[in-house]
Amino acid sequence: MNIRELKIKDIDFKGMAAQAMEKAKVYSHEPLAIMKKELMTYFYTPIAYIVITAFLVVTGFFFFKDFFYFNQAEMRGFFQFLPLVLTLVVPAITMRLFHSGTIETLMTLPVTTAEAVVGKFLAATAFVSIMMAPTLIYLITIIIVGSPDPGPIIGGYLGSILLAGAYSAVGVLTSSLGRNQIIAFISGLAACFFLWLIDKITIFLPAKLAFIEFLGTDYHFRNISRGIIDSRDLVYFLSIIVISILLTTKILDDRR
Amino acid sequence: MITVQGITKKFGDITAVNNISFSIREGEITGLLGPNGAGKTTTLRMLTCYLKPDDGAISVGRYNVDDSPVEVRKIIGYLPESAPVYGDMLAYDYLAYIAEVRGIQDKNRIDEIADLCGINEVMHMGVGELSKGYKQRLGLAQSMIHNPDILILDEPTSGLDPNQIIEIRNLIREIGKKKTVILSTHILPEVEATCDRVIIIDHGTIVADDRTENLQSMSGGERLVLVSVSGPDFRTLSGEIAGLPGVTRVEEVPGGELVTARVAAAGTADVRPELFRLAGAKNWTLYELTQEQRSLERVFRDLTGGGAK
Repeated sequence: MNIRELKIKDIDFKGMAAQAMEKAKVYSHEPLAIMKKELMTYFYTPIAYIVITAFLVVTGFFFFKDFFYFNQAEMRGFFQFLPLVLTLVVPAITMRLFHSGTIETLMTLPVTTAEAVVGKFLAATAFVSIMMAPTLIYLITIIIVGSPDPGPIIGGYLGSILLAGAYSAVGVLTSSLGRNQIIAFISGLAACFFLWLIDKITIFLPAKLAFIEFLGTDYHFRNISRGIIDSRDLVYFLSIIVISILLTTKILDDRR
Repeated sequence: MITVQGITKKFGDITAVNNISFSIREGEITGLLGPNGAGKTTTLRMLTCYLKPDDGAISVGRYNVDDSPVEVRKIIGYLPESAPVYGDMLAYDYLAYIAEVRGIQDKNRIDEIADLCGINEVMHMGVGELSKGYKQRLGLAQSMIHNPDILILDEPTSGLDPNQIIEIRNLIREIGKKKTVILSTHILPEVEATCDRVIIIDHGTIVADDRTENLQSMSGGERLVLVSVSGPDFRTLSGEIAGLPGVTRVEEVPGGELVTARVAAAGTADVRPELFRLAGAKNWTLYELTQEQRSLERVFRDLTGGGAK
Protein backbone atom coordinates (compact mmCIF):
# COMPACT_ATOMS: atom_id res chain seq x y z
CA MET A 1 0.00 0.00 0.00
CA ASN A 2 1.56 3.31 -1.00
CA ILE A 3 1.08 6.61 0.80
CA ARG A 4 -1.18 7.99 -1.89
CA GLU A 5 -3.62 5.10 -1.54
CA LEU A 6 -3.56 5.33 2.22
CA LYS A 7 -4.34 9.03 2.16
CA ILE A 8 -7.31 8.71 -0.16
CA LYS A 9 -8.66 5.77 1.79
CA ASP A 10 -8.26 7.62 5.05
CA ILE A 11 -10.35 10.52 3.94
CA ASP A 12 -13.90 9.90 4.90
CA PHE A 13 -15.57 11.58 1.93
CA LYS A 14 -18.98 10.21 2.85
CA GLY A 15 -18.69 11.51 6.40
CA MET A 16 -17.45 14.89 5.22
CA ALA A 17 -20.28 15.18 2.72
CA ALA A 18 -22.79 14.21 5.42
CA GLN A 19 -21.28 16.79 7.79
CA ALA A 20 -21.38 19.47 5.12
CA MET A 21 -25.00 18.62 4.34
CA GLU A 22 -25.89 18.73 8.01
CA LYS A 23 -24.16 22.10 8.43
CA ALA A 24 -25.88 23.49 5.33
CA LYS A 25 -29.19 22.26 6.73
CA VAL A 26 -28.58 23.95 10.05
CA TYR A 27 -27.50 27.21 8.50
CA SER A 28 -30.04 27.29 5.71
CA HIS A 29 -33.36 26.55 7.34
CA GLU A 30 -33.76 30.04 8.79
CA PRO A 31 -33.55 32.06 5.52
CA LEU A 32 -35.69 29.46 3.77
CA ALA A 33 -38.28 29.56 6.54
CA ILE A 34 -38.34 33.38 6.34
CA MET A 35 -38.58 33.20 2.54
CA LYS A 36 -41.49 30.74 2.73
CA LYS A 37 -43.34 32.91 5.22
CA GLU A 38 -42.77 36.13 3.25
CA LEU A 39 -43.88 34.43 0.05
CA MET A 40 -47.01 33.09 1.77
CA THR A 41 -47.72 36.58 3.12
CA TYR A 42 -47.76 38.00 -0.41
CA PHE A 43 -50.50 35.59 -1.40
CA TYR A 44 -52.64 36.10 1.71
CA THR A 45 -53.86 39.41 0.34
CA PRO A 46 -55.43 40.23 -3.04
CA ILE A 47 -52.62 42.73 -3.70
CA ALA A 48 -50.38 39.93 -5.05
CA TYR A 49 -53.01 38.87 -7.57
CA ILE A 50 -53.67 42.46 -8.61
CA VAL A 51 -49.94 43.10 -9.15
CA ILE A 52 -49.55 39.86 -11.14
CA THR A 53 -52.62 40.65 -13.27
CA ALA A 54 -51.44 44.19 -13.98
CA PHE A 55 -47.97 42.89 -14.86
CA LEU A 56 -49.38 40.30 -17.28
CA VAL A 57 -51.68 42.84 -18.94
CA VAL A 58 -48.83 45.31 -19.50
CA THR A 59 -46.27 42.73 -20.65
CA GLY A 60 -48.95 41.02 -22.79
CA PHE A 61 -49.53 44.33 -24.52
CA PHE A 62 -45.81 44.69 -25.30
CA PHE A 63 -45.64 41.07 -26.49
CA PHE A 64 -48.55 41.34 -28.90
CA LYS A 65 -47.98 44.97 -29.96
CA ASP A 66 -45.70 44.13 -32.90
CA PHE A 67 -46.14 40.35 -32.89
CA PHE A 68 -48.47 40.15 -35.88
CA TYR A 69 -46.88 43.13 -37.59
CA PHE A 70 -43.41 41.50 -37.80
CA ASN A 71 -44.84 37.97 -38.13
CA GLN A 72 -41.79 36.56 -36.34
CA ALA A 73 -41.76 33.72 -33.77
CA GLU A 74 -39.79 35.66 -31.13
CA MET A 75 -40.27 37.34 -27.75
CA ARG A 76 -38.16 40.43 -28.42
CA GLY A 77 -41.00 42.86 -27.74
CA PHE A 78 -41.65 41.26 -24.37
CA PHE A 79 -38.02 41.22 -23.24
CA GLN A 80 -37.38 44.74 -24.57
CA PHE A 81 -39.86 46.34 -22.19
CA LEU A 82 -39.57 43.90 -19.31
CA PRO A 83 -36.72 45.77 -17.51
CA LEU A 84 -38.72 49.00 -17.47
CA VAL A 85 -41.83 47.23 -16.17
CA LEU A 86 -39.76 45.54 -13.46
CA THR A 87 -38.34 48.89 -12.29
CA LEU A 88 -41.92 49.83 -11.40
CA VAL A 89 -43.21 46.51 -10.10
CA VAL A 90 -40.29 45.24 -7.98
CA PRO A 91 -40.11 48.25 -5.58
CA ALA A 92 -43.86 47.82 -5.00
CA ILE A 93 -43.20 44.23 -3.98
CA THR A 94 -40.23 44.99 -1.74
CA MET A 95 -41.43 48.20 -0.09
CA ARG A 96 -43.20 46.46 2.81
CA LEU A 97 -40.44 43.97 3.63
CA PHE A 98 -38.89 45.98 6.44
CA HIS A 99 -41.95 48.07 7.31
CA SER A 100 -44.58 45.59 8.34
CA GLY A 101 -43.99 46.02 12.07
CA THR A 102 -42.79 42.44 12.27
CA ILE A 103 -39.10 43.24 12.55
CA GLU A 104 -39.03 43.10 16.35
CA THR A 105 -40.40 39.56 16.38
CA LEU A 106 -38.12 38.51 13.53
CA MET A 107 -34.96 40.03 14.99
CA THR A 108 -35.53 38.41 18.38
CA LEU A 109 -35.73 34.97 16.79
CA PRO A 110 -32.44 33.04 16.52
CA VAL A 111 -31.52 34.39 13.09
CA THR A 112 -28.67 36.67 12.09
CA THR A 113 -29.45 39.94 10.35
CA ALA A 114 -27.90 38.57 7.14
CA GLU A 115 -30.15 35.50 7.26
CA ALA A 116 -33.22 37.70 7.70
CA VAL A 117 -32.16 39.92 4.77
CA VAL A 118 -31.39 36.93 2.52
CA GLY A 119 -34.74 35.35 3.42
CA LYS A 120 -36.62 38.50 2.43
CA PHE A 121 -34.55 38.96 -0.74
CA LEU A 122 -35.24 35.34 -1.80
CA ALA A 123 -38.96 35.84 -1.16
CA ALA A 124 -39.11 38.95 -3.36
CA THR A 125 -37.10 37.28 -6.15
CA ALA A 126 -39.27 34.16 -5.95
CA PHE A 127 -42.42 36.29 -6.10
CA VAL A 128 -41.20 38.13 -9.22
CA SER A 129 -40.25 34.79 -10.80
CA ILE A 130 -43.72 33.39 -10.05
CA MET A 131 -45.20 36.59 -11.49
CA MET A 132 -43.24 36.07 -14.72
CA ALA A 133 -44.03 32.35 -14.96
CA PRO A 134 -47.39 32.76 -16.78
CA THR A 135 -45.54 34.53 -19.63
CA LEU A 136 -44.29 31.07 -20.59
CA ILE A 137 -47.69 30.80 -22.32
CA TYR A 138 -46.33 33.26 -24.91
CA LEU A 139 -43.39 30.92 -25.40
CA ILE A 140 -45.70 27.91 -25.88
CA THR A 141 -47.76 29.94 -28.34
CA ILE A 142 -44.78 30.85 -30.50
CA ILE A 143 -43.46 27.28 -30.36
CA ILE A 144 -46.84 26.13 -31.70
CA VAL A 145 -47.02 28.71 -34.49
CA GLY A 146 -43.33 28.82 -35.50
CA SER A 147 -39.82 27.68 -34.61
CA PRO A 148 -38.24 30.32 -32.38
CA ASP A 149 -34.49 30.60 -31.78
CA PRO A 150 -34.02 29.12 -28.27
CA GLY A 151 -30.89 31.22 -27.42
CA PRO A 152 -32.52 34.64 -26.94
CA ILE A 153 -35.50 33.09 -25.14
CA ILE A 154 -33.42 31.07 -22.64
CA GLY A 155 -31.09 34.10 -22.24
CA GLY A 156 -34.10 36.39 -21.88
CA TYR A 157 -35.62 34.35 -19.05
CA LEU A 158 -32.26 33.88 -17.31
CA GLY A 159 -31.63 37.64 -17.62
CA SER A 160 -35.13 38.35 -16.30
CA ILE A 161 -34.52 36.28 -13.16
CA LEU A 162 -31.12 37.94 -12.62
CA LEU A 163 -32.69 41.36 -13.15
CA ALA A 164 -35.52 40.48 -10.77
CA GLY A 165 -32.88 39.43 -8.22
CA ALA A 166 -30.87 42.64 -8.66
CA TYR A 167 -33.96 44.89 -8.41
CA SER A 168 -35.28 42.87 -5.44
CA ALA A 169 -31.95 43.32 -3.63
CA VAL A 170 -32.01 47.07 -4.36
CA GLY A 171 -35.65 47.17 -3.19
CA VAL A 172 -34.77 45.35 0.04
CA LEU A 173 -31.98 47.88 0.58
CA THR A 174 -34.22 50.92 0.05
CA SER A 175 -36.94 49.40 2.21
CA SER A 176 -34.43 49.14 5.07
CA LEU A 177 -33.43 52.81 4.79
CA GLY A 178 -36.47 54.36 6.45
CA ARG A 179 -39.63 53.40 8.23
CA ASN A 180 -42.15 54.62 5.67
CA GLN A 181 -43.45 52.32 2.93
CA ILE A 182 -44.17 55.14 0.47
CA ILE A 183 -40.62 56.49 0.86
CA ALA A 184 -39.31 52.93 0.44
CA PHE A 185 -41.31 52.55 -2.79
CA ILE A 186 -40.26 55.90 -4.25
CA SER A 187 -36.58 55.49 -3.36
CA GLY A 188 -36.66 51.89 -4.67
CA LEU A 189 -38.27 53.06 -7.89
CA ALA A 190 -35.73 55.88 -8.26
CA ALA A 191 -32.78 53.51 -7.66
CA CYS A 192 -34.04 50.83 -10.07
CA PHE A 193 -34.99 53.42 -12.70
CA PHE A 194 -31.55 55.03 -12.37
CA LEU A 195 -29.86 51.65 -12.89
CA TRP A 196 -32.07 51.07 -15.95
CA LEU A 197 -31.43 54.55 -17.33
CA ILE A 198 -27.69 54.88 -16.72
CA ASP A 199 -26.48 53.23 -19.96
CA LYS A 200 -28.84 55.40 -21.99
CA ILE A 201 -27.35 58.69 -20.86
CA THR A 202 -23.83 57.91 -22.05
CA ILE A 203 -24.61 59.55 -25.43
CA PHE A 204 -24.73 62.88 -23.61
CA LEU A 205 -21.41 62.25 -21.89
CA PRO A 206 -17.84 62.60 -23.19
CA ALA A 207 -16.31 59.45 -24.69
CA LYS A 208 -14.06 59.13 -21.64
CA LEU A 209 -17.11 58.42 -19.51
CA ALA A 210 -18.54 55.81 -21.86
CA PHE A 211 -17.60 53.09 -19.35
CA ILE A 212 -20.58 54.25 -17.28
CA GLU A 213 -22.82 52.15 -19.50
CA PHE A 214 -21.34 49.04 -17.85
CA LEU A 215 -23.11 50.13 -14.67
CA GLY A 216 -26.57 49.93 -16.26
CA THR A 217 -28.82 46.93 -15.72
CA ASP A 218 -30.35 47.23 -19.18
CA TYR A 219 -26.95 47.04 -20.87
CA HIS A 220 -26.21 43.66 -19.24
CA PHE A 221 -29.78 42.43 -19.64
CA ARG A 222 -29.65 43.17 -23.40
CA ASN A 223 -26.42 41.17 -23.67
CA ILE A 224 -27.89 38.14 -21.94
CA SER A 225 -31.22 38.35 -23.74
CA ARG A 226 -29.39 38.10 -27.05
CA GLY A 227 -28.61 34.56 -25.98
CA ILE A 228 -24.97 35.26 -25.12
CA ILE A 229 -24.30 34.30 -21.54
CA ASP A 230 -21.16 36.22 -20.63
CA SER A 231 -19.60 35.85 -17.18
CA ARG A 232 -19.21 39.66 -16.97
CA ASP A 233 -22.99 40.09 -17.10
CA LEU A 234 -23.50 37.37 -14.48
CA VAL A 235 -20.85 38.97 -12.25
CA TYR A 236 -22.57 42.37 -12.64
CA PHE A 237 -25.97 41.12 -11.48
CA LEU A 238 -24.49 39.02 -8.68
CA SER A 239 -22.44 42.03 -7.53
CA ILE A 240 -25.55 44.22 -7.31
CA ILE A 241 -27.28 41.49 -5.28
CA VAL A 242 -24.35 40.88 -2.92
CA ILE A 243 -23.55 44.58 -2.38
CA SER A 244 -27.20 45.41 -1.70
CA ILE A 245 -27.59 42.52 0.77
CA LEU A 246 -24.38 43.49 2.59
CA LEU A 247 -25.41 47.14 2.79
CA THR A 248 -28.88 46.21 4.06
CA THR A 249 -27.34 43.98 6.73
CA LYS A 250 -24.98 46.79 7.75
CA ILE A 251 -27.80 49.36 7.93
CA LEU A 252 -30.00 47.08 10.06
CA ASP A 253 -27.11 46.14 12.35
CA ASP A 254 -26.12 49.78 12.79
CA ARG A 255 -29.71 50.70 13.64
CA ARG A 256 -29.53 48.37 16.67
CA MET B 1 -28.96 33.59 34.92
CA ILE B 2 -29.00 37.17 33.59
CA THR B 3 -26.38 39.76 34.49
CA VAL B 4 -26.67 43.35 33.35
CA GLN B 5 -23.69 45.59 34.02
CA GLY B 6 -23.86 49.33 33.53
CA ILE B 7 -25.85 49.39 30.30
CA THR B 8 -26.67 52.67 28.62
CA LYS B 9 -28.74 53.29 25.51
CA LYS B 10 -29.21 56.64 23.82
CA PHE B 11 -31.50 57.59 20.95
CA GLY B 12 -30.03 60.84 19.66
CA ASP B 13 -30.00 63.25 22.58
CA ILE B 14 -32.39 61.18 24.65
CA THR B 15 -30.88 58.75 27.15
CA ALA B 16 -33.45 55.97 27.36
CA VAL B 17 -31.44 53.79 29.74
CA ASN B 18 -28.69 55.25 31.88
CA ASN B 19 -26.04 52.98 33.40
CA ILE B 20 -28.26 50.35 34.95
CA SER B 21 -27.07 47.10 36.53
CA PHE B 22 -28.97 44.15 37.96
CA SER B 23 -28.87 40.40 37.96
CA ILE B 24 -31.68 37.91 37.86
CA ARG B 25 -31.49 34.45 39.35
CA GLU B 26 -32.94 31.31 37.85
CA GLY B 27 -36.60 30.63 38.54
CA GLU B 28 -37.44 34.19 39.59
CA ILE B 29 -40.39 36.21 38.33
CA THR B 30 -39.08 39.75 38.09
CA GLY B 31 -41.24 42.76 37.35
CA LEU B 32 -39.74 45.73 35.59
CA LEU B 33 -41.90 48.56 36.76
CA GLY B 34 -41.89 52.17 35.71
CA PRO B 35 -43.98 54.97 34.25
CA ASN B 36 -44.43 55.19 30.48
CA GLY B 37 -41.16 56.14 28.81
CA ALA B 38 -39.04 55.06 31.81
CA GLY B 39 -36.85 52.74 29.71
CA LYS B 40 -38.49 49.36 30.40
CA THR B 41 -39.01 48.33 26.79
CA THR B 42 -35.54 49.54 25.80
CA THR B 43 -34.03 47.44 28.60
CA LEU B 44 -35.98 44.36 27.51
CA ARG B 45 -35.04 44.97 23.88
CA MET B 46 -31.38 44.98 24.87
CA LEU B 47 -31.82 41.74 26.83
CA THR B 48 -33.32 40.09 23.75
CA CYS B 49 -30.54 41.41 21.45
CA TYR B 50 -32.97 43.50 19.42
CA LEU B 51 -31.03 46.62 20.46
CA LYS B 52 -27.34 46.90 21.25
CA PRO B 53 -26.34 48.80 24.39
CA ASP B 54 -24.11 51.83 23.72
CA ASP B 55 -22.18 50.96 26.85
CA GLY B 56 -22.07 48.13 29.36
CA ALA B 57 -22.46 44.38 29.07
CA ILE B 58 -25.23 41.82 29.31
CA SER B 59 -24.77 38.12 29.79
CA VAL B 60 -27.60 35.63 29.55
CA GLY B 61 -26.80 32.13 30.80
CA ARG B 62 -23.24 31.52 29.67
CA TYR B 63 -23.52 33.74 26.62
CA ASN B 64 -22.61 37.35 26.10
CA VAL B 65 -25.30 39.28 24.21
CA ASP B 66 -22.72 41.09 22.06
CA ASP B 67 -20.78 38.01 20.99
CA SER B 68 -23.50 35.38 20.69
CA PRO B 69 -26.85 37.08 20.01
CA VAL B 70 -28.23 34.07 18.15
CA GLU B 71 -27.38 31.70 21.03
CA VAL B 72 -29.00 34.11 23.50
CA ARG B 73 -32.15 34.33 21.38
CA LYS B 74 -32.36 30.53 21.37
CA ILE B 75 -32.77 30.37 25.15
CA ILE B 76 -35.07 33.39 25.38
CA GLY B 77 -38.74 33.59 24.56
CA TYR B 78 -39.89 37.16 23.94
CA LEU B 79 -43.32 38.70 23.76
CA PRO B 80 -42.92 42.20 22.29
CA GLU B 81 -45.30 44.94 23.31
CA SER B 82 -47.08 45.01 19.95
CA ALA B 83 -47.11 41.31 19.08
CA PRO B 84 -48.14 39.62 16.94
CA VAL B 85 -48.65 41.83 13.93
CA TYR B 86 -48.62 39.32 11.08
CA GLY B 87 -52.21 40.36 10.39
CA ASP B 88 -52.75 38.36 7.22
CA MET B 89 -51.42 35.03 8.47
CA LEU B 90 -53.53 32.32 10.07
CA ALA B 91 -52.75 31.75 13.75
CA TYR B 92 -51.61 28.19 12.99
CA ASP B 93 -49.35 29.30 10.11
CA TYR B 94 -47.84 31.96 12.36
CA LEU B 95 -46.88 29.40 15.02
CA ALA B 96 -45.71 26.98 12.30
CA TYR B 97 -43.44 29.72 10.93
CA ILE B 98 -41.95 30.49 14.34
CA ALA B 99 -41.46 26.75 14.96
CA GLU B 100 -39.69 26.39 11.61
CA VAL B 101 -37.35 29.33 12.21
CA ARG B 102 -36.57 27.94 15.67
CA GLY B 103 -35.83 24.56 14.10
CA ILE B 104 -38.60 22.68 15.96
CA GLN B 105 -39.21 19.40 14.15
CA ASP B 106 -42.03 18.07 16.35
CA LYS B 107 -45.30 19.11 14.71
CA ASN B 108 -47.28 18.23 17.86
CA ARG B 109 -45.54 21.07 19.68
CA ILE B 110 -47.82 23.61 17.97
CA ASP B 111 -50.92 21.84 19.28
CA GLU B 112 -49.38 21.46 22.75
CA ILE B 113 -48.57 25.15 23.07
CA ALA B 114 -51.98 26.13 21.62
CA ASP B 115 -53.56 23.95 24.31
CA LEU B 116 -51.45 25.52 27.06
CA CYS B 117 -52.29 29.07 25.97
CA GLY B 118 -55.96 28.28 25.26
CA ILE B 119 -55.98 29.30 21.60
CA ASN B 120 -57.08 26.01 20.02
CA GLU B 121 -60.40 27.40 18.85
CA VAL B 122 -58.84 30.32 16.94
CA MET B 123 -55.97 28.51 15.20
CA HIS B 124 -57.80 28.62 11.83
CA MET B 125 -58.42 32.38 12.04
CA GLY B 126 -56.35 35.21 10.63
CA VAL B 127 -54.13 36.93 13.22
CA GLY B 128 -55.70 40.28 12.27
CA GLU B 129 -59.19 38.95 13.09
CA LEU B 130 -58.29 37.88 16.64
CA SER B 131 -59.37 39.83 19.71
CA LYS B 132 -56.66 41.59 21.69
CA GLY B 133 -56.76 38.83 24.32
CA TYR B 134 -56.28 36.05 21.79
CA LYS B 135 -53.53 38.02 20.05
CA GLN B 136 -51.71 38.32 23.35
CA ARG B 137 -52.13 34.59 24.00
CA LEU B 138 -50.87 33.86 20.50
CA GLY B 139 -47.85 36.07 21.24
CA LEU B 140 -47.29 34.13 24.46
CA ALA B 141 -47.56 30.84 22.58
CA GLN B 142 -45.00 32.13 20.09
CA SER B 143 -42.64 33.09 22.89
CA MET B 144 -42.91 29.69 24.62
CA ILE B 145 -43.02 27.35 21.63
CA HIS B 146 -39.36 26.34 22.01
CA ASN B 147 -39.67 25.80 25.76
CA PRO B 148 -37.20 28.59 26.62
CA ASP B 149 -35.37 28.87 29.93
CA ILE B 150 -36.07 32.59 30.08
CA LEU B 151 -39.31 34.31 29.21
CA ILE B 152 -39.35 38.06 28.62
CA LEU B 153 -42.78 39.66 28.41
CA ASP B 154 -43.28 43.31 27.53
CA GLU B 155 -46.55 44.52 29.05
CA PRO B 156 -48.23 41.11 28.73
CA THR B 157 -51.66 42.21 29.95
CA SER B 158 -51.98 45.61 28.31
CA GLY B 159 -55.33 46.11 26.62
CA LEU B 160 -56.93 42.99 28.09
CA ASP B 161 -60.22 42.84 29.95
CA PRO B 162 -60.18 41.98 33.71
CA ASN B 163 -60.96 38.28 33.14
CA GLN B 164 -58.26 37.96 30.53
CA ILE B 165 -55.80 39.76 32.82
CA ILE B 166 -56.43 37.22 35.59
CA GLU B 167 -56.05 34.33 33.14
CA ILE B 168 -52.76 35.67 31.75
CA ARG B 169 -51.44 36.38 35.25
CA ASN B 170 -52.27 32.84 36.34
CA LEU B 171 -50.55 31.53 33.25
CA ILE B 172 -47.43 33.60 34.00
CA ARG B 173 -47.44 32.40 37.62
CA GLU B 174 -47.69 28.81 36.39
CA ILE B 175 -44.84 29.30 33.92
CA GLY B 176 -42.79 31.09 36.58
CA LYS B 177 -42.67 27.92 38.69
CA LYS B 178 -40.31 26.37 36.17
CA LYS B 179 -38.80 29.30 34.25
CA THR B 180 -37.13 32.62 34.76
CA VAL B 181 -39.66 35.30 33.84
CA ILE B 182 -39.08 39.02 33.37
CA LEU B 183 -42.11 41.15 32.68
CA SER B 184 -42.44 44.85 32.23
CA THR B 185 -45.50 46.76 33.25
CA HIS B 186 -46.75 50.08 34.53
CA ILE B 187 -49.71 48.40 36.22
CA LEU B 188 -48.84 48.02 39.90
CA PRO B 189 -51.34 45.31 40.93
CA GLU B 190 -49.82 43.17 38.21
CA VAL B 191 -46.46 43.19 39.94
CA GLU B 192 -48.06 42.59 43.33
CA ALA B 193 -50.01 39.67 41.91
CA THR B 194 -47.30 37.97 39.90
CA CYS B 195 -43.75 39.00 40.76
CA ASP B 196 -41.28 37.74 43.36
CA ARG B 197 -39.06 40.71 42.80
CA VAL B 198 -39.49 44.25 41.51
CA ILE B 199 -37.08 46.55 39.73
CA ILE B 200 -38.46 50.07 39.50
CA ILE B 201 -37.07 52.16 36.68
CA ASP B 202 -37.58 55.88 36.23
CA HIS B 203 -35.94 58.13 33.66
CA GLY B 204 -33.66 55.30 32.58
CA THR B 205 -32.24 54.57 36.03
CA ILE B 206 -33.09 51.99 38.68
CA VAL B 207 -34.74 53.61 41.70
CA ALA B 208 -35.56 50.43 43.60
CA ASP B 209 -34.66 46.76 43.33
CA ASP B 210 -35.96 44.38 45.98
CA ARG B 211 -38.31 41.53 46.70
CA THR B 212 -41.96 42.54 46.31
CA GLU B 213 -42.84 41.99 49.97
CA ASN B 214 -39.83 44.04 51.13
CA LEU B 215 -40.83 46.95 48.94
CA GLN B 216 -44.37 46.69 50.19
CA SER B 217 -43.32 46.78 53.86
CA MET B 218 -40.54 49.32 53.54
CA SER B 219 -41.75 52.89 53.71
CA GLY B 220 -39.12 55.39 52.72
CA GLY B 221 -36.46 53.45 54.61
CA GLU B 222 -38.73 52.49 57.55
CA ARG B 223 -41.04 49.65 58.51
CA LEU B 224 -44.54 50.27 59.82
CA VAL B 225 -46.14 48.11 62.49
CA LEU B 226 -49.71 48.38 63.69
CA VAL B 227 -50.25 47.56 67.36
CA SER B 228 -53.62 47.37 69.21
CA VAL B 229 -53.80 46.90 72.96
CA SER B 230 -56.24 47.40 75.81
CA GLY B 231 -55.10 48.73 79.16
CA PRO B 232 -53.11 51.91 78.72
CA ASP B 233 -54.17 55.17 77.09
CA PHE B 234 -52.39 56.34 73.94
CA ARG B 235 -50.05 58.70 75.78
CA THR B 236 -48.73 55.93 78.04
CA LEU B 237 -48.50 53.53 75.13
CA SER B 238 -46.62 55.94 72.86
CA GLY B 239 -44.30 56.95 75.70
CA GLU B 240 -43.32 53.32 76.35
CA ILE B 241 -42.99 52.42 72.65
CA ALA B 242 -40.90 55.52 71.84
CA GLY B 243 -38.29 54.22 74.27
CA LEU B 244 -37.81 50.98 72.32
CA PRO B 245 -34.65 50.70 70.21
CA GLY B 246 -35.10 51.58 66.52
CA VAL B 247 -38.50 53.28 66.92
CA THR B 248 -38.62 56.62 65.13
CA ARG B 249 -42.26 57.60 65.34
CA VAL B 250 -45.52 56.56 66.99
CA GLU B 251 -48.84 57.75 65.55
CA GLU B 252 -52.30 57.25 66.92
CA VAL B 253 -54.78 55.36 64.77
CA PRO B 254 -58.16 56.67 65.90
CA GLY B 255 -61.37 54.69 66.18
CA GLY B 256 -62.47 51.56 68.07
CA GLU B 257 -62.44 50.66 71.73
CA LEU B 258 -58.81 49.56 71.71
CA VAL B 259 -55.80 51.83 71.69
CA THR B 260 -54.12 51.47 68.32
CA ALA B 261 -50.79 52.94 67.27
CA ARG B 262 -48.79 52.90 64.05
CA VAL B 263 -45.13 52.42 64.97
CA ALA B 264 -42.40 53.40 62.51
CA ALA B 265 -39.00 51.73 62.90
CA ALA B 266 -35.84 52.72 61.08
CA GLY B 267 -34.26 50.56 58.39
CA THR B 268 -34.92 46.87 58.43
CA ALA B 269 -35.31 46.57 62.23
CA ASP B 270 -38.36 44.54 63.26
CA VAL B 271 -39.83 45.94 66.46
CA ARG B 272 -42.61 43.36 66.80
CA PRO B 273 -40.75 41.09 69.30
CA GLU B 274 -39.99 44.13 71.48
CA LEU B 275 -43.61 45.27 71.34
CA PHE B 276 -44.77 41.79 72.27
CA ARG B 277 -42.42 41.69 75.28
CA LEU B 278 -43.42 45.22 76.30
CA ALA B 279 -47.13 44.29 76.32
CA GLY B 280 -46.34 41.22 78.43
CA ALA B 281 -44.17 43.16 80.89
CA LYS B 282 -46.80 45.91 81.33
CA ASN B 283 -49.63 43.36 81.54
CA TRP B 284 -51.51 44.90 78.58
CA THR B 285 -53.76 42.70 76.49
CA LEU B 286 -52.36 42.53 72.99
CA TYR B 287 -55.07 42.32 70.34
CA GLU B 288 -53.15 42.99 67.16
CA LEU B 289 -49.54 43.21 66.04
CA THR B 290 -49.08 43.38 62.27
CA GLN B 291 -46.54 44.69 59.88
CA GLU B 292 -48.31 47.08 57.55
CA GLN B 293 -48.21 46.20 53.85
CA ARG B 294 -47.81 49.49 52.13
CA SER B 295 -49.25 49.25 48.63
CA LEU B 296 -46.68 49.24 45.87
CA GLU B 297 -48.55 52.13 44.38
CA ARG B 298 -47.32 54.38 47.20
CA VAL B 299 -43.77 53.09 46.92
CA PHE B 300 -43.92 53.65 43.19
CA ARG B 301 -45.29 57.17 43.56
CA ASP B 302 -42.67 58.05 46.16
CA LEU B 303 -39.82 56.68 44.09
CA THR B 304 -40.88 58.04 40.74
CA GLY B 305 -41.88 61.47 41.98
CA GLY B 306 -45.63 60.94 41.78
CA GLY B 307 -45.41 59.02 38.54
CA ALA B 308 -46.54 62.05 36.65
CA LYS B 309 -43.20 63.44 35.58
